[in-house]
Amino acid sequence: MKTIKFLSIFALAGLLFTGCSDDDENPDPVNEEEVITTMTVTLVPGGGGDTITLQTRDLDGDGPDAPVVTVSGDLAANTTYGGGIVLLNETETPPENITEEVEDEDDEHQFFFVTTGNIASVDYGDQDDDGNPVGLVFTLTTGDAGNASIAITLRHEPKKPNDGTLADAGGETDITETFNLTIQ
Amino acid sequence: MTFPSAFSQECNNTLRGKVIDYHDSTPLSGATIMVFGTEKAVVSDIDGNYHIDGLCKGNYELEVSHAECATLFIPVTIDQNMTLDIKLEHHLEELKEVKVIGDAVFDKTNSAQETSLSLKTLEQYSAGSLGEALKEVGGVSSLNTGANIVKPIIHGLNGSRVLILNDGVRMQDMEWGDEHAPNIDINAAGSITVVKGASALRYGGDAIGGTIIMEPRRIFTKDTLFGKTLVNGISNGRGGVLTSELAKTYKKGWFLKAQGSYKRLGDQEAPDYVLSNTGIQETGASLEAGKNLFEWGFNARYSYYDAEIAILRASHIGNVDDLIRSINSGQPEIVRPFTYDLQNPRQKVTHHLGKLEFYKRFEGLGKWSFQYDYQNNRRFEFDIRVGEDRGKPSIDLELTTHTVNTDFKWDANRDFQLHFGIMGRYQDNFANPDTGVRRLIPDYEKVDFGGFLISEYRLNGYWKLDGGIRYDFTRIDAKKFYQTSRWEERGYDEDFSQFVIDDLGTQLLTNPVFDYGNVSATAGIQFSQNNNRTFRFNYALAQRAPNPSEIFSDGLHHSAARIELGDLRVDSETSHKFSLTYDRQFKNWGYTLEPHANFITDFILLEPSGVELTLRGAFPVWSYRQTDARILGVDASAYINWAERWQTDHRFSLVKGNDTQRDQALVNIPSANLRNRLTYSRPEWKNFELSLRSDYVFRQNEFPPNITVFSPEQQEEVLLEINTPPEAYHLVGLFGTMEFPLGKKTRLTTSLTINNILNTNYRDYLNRQRFFADDLGRNFIVQLKFNY
Repeated sequence: MKTIKFLSIFALAGLLFTGCSDDDENPDPVNEEEVITTMTVTLVPGGGGDTITLQTRDLDGDGPDAPVVTVSGDLAANTTYGGGIVLLNETETPPENITEEVEDEDDEHQFFFVTTGNIASVDYGDQDDDGNPVGLVFTLTTGDAGNASIAITLRHEPKKPNDGTLADAGGETDITETFNLTIQ
Repeated sequence: MTFPSAFSQECNNTLRGKVIDYHDSTPLSGATIMVFGTEKAVVSDIDGNYHIDGLCKGNYELEVSHAECATLFIPVTIDQNMTLDIKLEHHLEELKEVKVIGDAVFDKTNSAQETSLSLKTLEQYSAGSLGEALKEVGGVSSLNTGANIVKPIIHGLNGSRVLILNDGVRMQDMEWGDEHAPNIDINAAGSITVVKGASALRYGGDAIGGTIIMEPRRIFTKDTLFGKTLVNGISNGRGGVLTSELAKTYKKGWFLKAQGSYKRLGDQEAPDYVLSNTGIQETGASLEAGKNLFEWGFNARYSYYDAEIAILRASHIGNVDDLIRSINSGQPEIVRPFTYDLQNPRQKVTHHLGKLEFYKRFEGLGKWSFQYDYQNNRRFEFDIRVGEDRGKPSIDLELTTHTVNTDFKWDANRDFQLHFGIMGRYQDNFANPDTGVRRLIPDYEKVDFGGFLISEYRLNGYWKLDGGIRYDFTRIDAKKFYQTSRWEERGYDEDFSQFVIDDLGTQLLTNPVFDYGNVSATAGIQFSQNNNRTFRFNYALAQRAPNPSEIFSDGLHHSAARIELGDLRVDSETSHKFSLTYDRQFKNWGYTLEPHANFITDFILLEPSGVELTLRGAFPVWSYRQTDARILGVDASAYINWAERWQTDHRFSLVKGNDTQRDQALVNIPSANLRNRLTYSRPEWKNFELSLRSDYVFRQNEFPPNITVFSPEQQEEVLLEINTPPEAYHLVGLFGTMEFPLGKKTRLTTSLTINNILNTNYRDYLNRQRFFADDLGRNFIVQLKFNY
């Protein structure tokens, strides 16, 4: 009787062992969805002149490579620029345009613009269905010649409406970058 | 070397003594004392006296039974005419304490630093967690993530360096992560022993910190049905804990036992604000059955544990600027009204454990045991995610483990014992890709084999030597995706190109396979004189293979807003630990001194190392590296019986950890702490006891340098005070208890615990949420315990 019990324990153990050790398949890769790799901001001067492009690009996402930030040129003093933002996921071919998703869910998104130096103002140029600002389209007015910076942050599911500050809006940061500018 | 044989001695020794009640020392008449392996059985007389003669020299086991008491087994060594007073326990559940008084043979080790917690102490922590209860042991502290996730630290070391044995089963519950607490229901434990160091070789060779051995209540060979129910009401968190157990035992050795607990708390509170999203829901259950005889026995056990733990909302931060803001403001960013809801971020863990055990004693040889255990551990971590991913976990891991052990303890000789065994283990980890987040821990398979030999030699009545050796082989075979940029940044393309099995463009699929062979050993000596003076010295060599987290961690840990990076180059670490115990007992007082020194080569540590920039902002990087470390410390404790009813207990622990390569302090070394307790007890008032407790935790003045990071928001380098410890603090607590008999076999015990009476604001260096919020405020815990 004892022997039978004991043997059955052994058999059970053996069964469990062999039952679970046959797993030679390769795991599936995880491609993170809705990744934004590239933000391109186009600034078109109202009275004609050079279009300025600000871009930040980070092809490896959370990986070790830092985003590459480029500013195509200097801004003119006391000028109003029409601004537009394009977001891309360049880990896919062809690149996926994330801007459209933001447009579709514009009540769940908002860009915030924090400036320093000689930028006179940044004004929203678009609204969601509830009449709250989105920021894919905006106008930027420069002041006198000098240095300036603009930090652009896209928040997902911010509080809407909010008082225009990041702290009040909350939500999750989808993208944030600071561009250093020269105005002349 | 020759060993005296137990069989060739003259058989004219007598054993005599008195059977008395453990509590009040009244003599117990009518107790039966049987000597196993002989036909001898005697009954104690009206004064409790008994007398057995014609005993040979050698080891025996006595079975002492009494109508009103639990049956007790006592090992005794006969080498002359001897006197042995036997203390029997009326209350079944406190038998463990009798064991401690009875004999040292049950110790897990002889010469190492070792402390046991009794059931009475554990019940005080019925509303808490394993990690909190263990802090009753000197030299044990904890690494917390809030108040619900409590990881034990022994002599400054935690995680994979601390083994947890749950009823003989080594827990395999992803102990590698800082925010992974042991998946154990404290209410299932009957006693807990902490071995501070790697000397308990039979359980594993890699316990560089120590071993925590949790055992259930003993089962008796007696026809009885007994149980208990505990109800705890907890003010801070506005919830409670209910736990119940019932056991049926039979004289012929059969038994059946069931136990279950349920805990529920809402948001907990600091003195000044609600700690939003800190609730918990925890369920534990176990079922055990078997036959338990002296000569042989077997048992089967299944236990289930499930915990859903909400994580402080304010500790979810977006990037390094949020962290800087939080550290500077000193206030949680998000405080909401109290709720019972468990929202994101939160974790949900489930642990299943099944065990089959069989043992047989061979007369004149020893005891052979065989055990198989199965464990399944599932862990979900939910971050704050938006859009379609809202309800999706960010981490979804399933760890399955099978272990087979067999060992033999040769104890036929009275002066020399041998214990040897072998172990085999297979483990599989599955990381579910459906999370949509790159895996932090990869899929892997792990195989372990181990063998040990330990022995004990008694030189004479005072001195004992012990020693042992163990070998473990570990193979880890993983399938892991690396971002190509990470693979190259780490230089793996030069050192480990043979591991690449597929190139997906931006990602590489790799198949790293590593083998580790580790040797551990221990040697020690013990001197003991009438239990009044004990001296123990122990040396332990331990080697530990790196865990999967140390090798493979890779990715952004959202809830902690940090990037964690393992290292494929990490190799086993080696520890040499020396420990000394000196214990003196006088008539009305006693003290214990326990200095220890641990020298670790290739010590693996995780510390903040810099910042990485991404489009979502900058994140602190925590990376693993290896160095040489030196950990020195001392635990000191004393008690004084000032008068019949007044007693004080005092305890002090100090640990110093140094990175000897960089000549700087190690990260996360516990602060020095001092605990004092004043107890008034009056047994004639329904076992009344009241104690006042003071805990003083010093500021940790030794910590590694802070790091400077580039703040995108401030557009400049700023100092991130991620290592600066908080200030010292002092907490006052109170505990009172009374006991009421409700019938012949039923008892009610009531108790009140008040923690942090003065509602002191404090933060602890070893709480990972210290950057975001204060620790818990005042807490009242009312407990009712029914024994039946």
